[in-house]
Amino acid sequence: MSEPTARTGVIHDIGYRKYDGPRLGRARVARALYSHSLRGAYGLGRSGRSKVLPMMLLGVMCLVAFIIAVIANVGAGITSELVLPYSAYTFTTQAILTIFVAAQAPVSLSRDLRFRTVPLYFSRPLERSDYVLAKFGGLATALFLLLTAPLLIMYVGALLAEFPAGRETGDLLLALLGTVVFAVVFAGVGLVVASLTPRRGLGVAAIITVFALSFAAISTLQGIIRYEVGNADLAGWLGLLSPVTLVDGFQVWVLDASGRAVAPPPGDAGGVVFVLVTFAAIGACWALLNLRYRKVSI
Amino acid sequence: MNGTVVRLTYRALLGGRRAWLLLLMSVLLLAMAVLLRVTVGVDHQITADFLGAVAVAALVPLFGLIVGTGVIGPEIDDGSIVYVLSKPIARPRIILSKFLVAACATVLFAAVPTFVAGLVMSGTASRIALGFGAAALVASVAYSAIFLLLSVVTRHAVVYGLAYALIWEGLLGSFVPGARTLSVQQWSLSLTEAISTRDLVSSDVRLAVAGVLLAVVIVGATWYAGQRLRVLSLAGEE
Repeated sequence: MSEPTARTGVIHDIGYRKYDGPRLGRARVARALYSHSLRGAYGLGRSGRSKVLPMMLLGVMCLVAFIIAVIANVGAGITSELVLPYSAYTFTTQAILTIFVAAQAPVSLSRDLRFRTVPLYFSRPLERSDYVLAKFGGLATALFLLLTAPLLIMYVGALLAEFPAGRETGDLLLALLGTVVFAVVFAGVGLVVASLTPRRGLGVAAIITVFALSFAAISTLQGIIRYEVGNADLAGWLGLLSPVTLVDGFQVWVLDASGRAVAPPPGDAGGVVFVLVTFAAIGACWALLNLRYRKVSI
Repeated sequence: MNGTVVRLTYRALLGGRRAWLLLLMSVLLLAMAVLLRVTVGVDHQITADFLGAVAVAALVPLFGLIVGTGVIGPEIDDGSIVYVLSKPIARPRIILSKFLVAACATVLFAAVPTFVAGLVMSGTASRIALGFGAAALVASVAYSAIFLLLSVVTRHAVVYGLAYALIWEGLLGSFVPGARTLSVQQWSLSLTEAISTRDLVSSDVRLAVAGVLLAVVIVGATWYAGQRLRVLSLAGEE
């Protein structure tokens, strides 16, 4: 037996300190990612240039609502209703909502893909579904804030003009439910498309195409079929095929809102189908995102 | 023009699956045209409404946006544009090559399907298909030039391009009549109005004015994009 040789190799202790603070675990990681995504959607915590666009869109959204509130106060003696009902506001300003989703959904996901930070997230105690939930929740909350802020401005305007407070409050609460559905559906569709490409520009263009082209095509077809052909039922069913008209139909039937799409859902059966399809669309986005993130690379 | 830049741009834009995705949008337009023809039959007013709202107001601007920004935006984004810029090719010539690819792609994928959709729905009657085809053609070229310029000027070209296409032409155009005189869509529709022998569309701009404005925009945007590319500075990721 040979004697143990003298140790020559030494691991030098150069003074790195171990982390000995509390380890906060899965829920806290997910919560941090959620607030990071939510702040990122408005460019908070990022450079000034990335704040410009989301803040500008929020500003335009609120400006239109402010004008409506002012009109309500100026014309308070003549009318006791807002120019535009709460539940129709989102549909009317959908171009702004679409641009916001298209611009900010890729911000939320594409950067993680492009700079390969997704594997780093998944090497933490964070499940795939937590990542999806945090991103989905973050963007949906951001959209909800974008849609709610103008409604609150209109509500304050209506109260200042001394419109019946009970009616206004009821209308507002119903419209807020509608904005929740709008926010979740738009965030879901936007994120599914954005998760497919690491290129931000491509993601923006693809999301816009899905929303704007489908809306233009569907509402034109609806108009032609309803007024030129005279088939209101078929026109109503077509509304299922575009996210905006889908949620508008949902609002009309569930929340008894005044729909803005060319044709409302046909009858009660149509209403039920619109509700089911809306929930199915949300579920499908959730399932597709989870499926997408089973694999990290494209 | 530079052959190599054209070839590289073409491959970056349409290589792989991307051409199929773009083709899908054109096929969608044609499918809807066929569907309307089969269900509704021939009705020239419907043809005009459909092509005006879906093709000229939505498909062509979106295509111009995707293609016009797609020929140079990604390269500026990931910094690989420097490999092209460091070659002894004049910057305006690079822009001209890229503009050529963008304009051809938009015409091929958006204007030609518009013309074919017009033929499917109305045949050659009253030169409706020809009118809308010509409108889509000039609009394609103009949008390509504008959005190419925009993507040299700003990194958020797609978003600002969208704001123009959706808010200026769509939302403002329907409330503020003045916004309509400064809209590529109205300029190109004046061509439809002039070509088609039936009174189906009305444009807010006279043909001569529209022609001059279109020419100025196309030439001016391409020229200015070349100038801007000469002083392009690459910024880091925001």
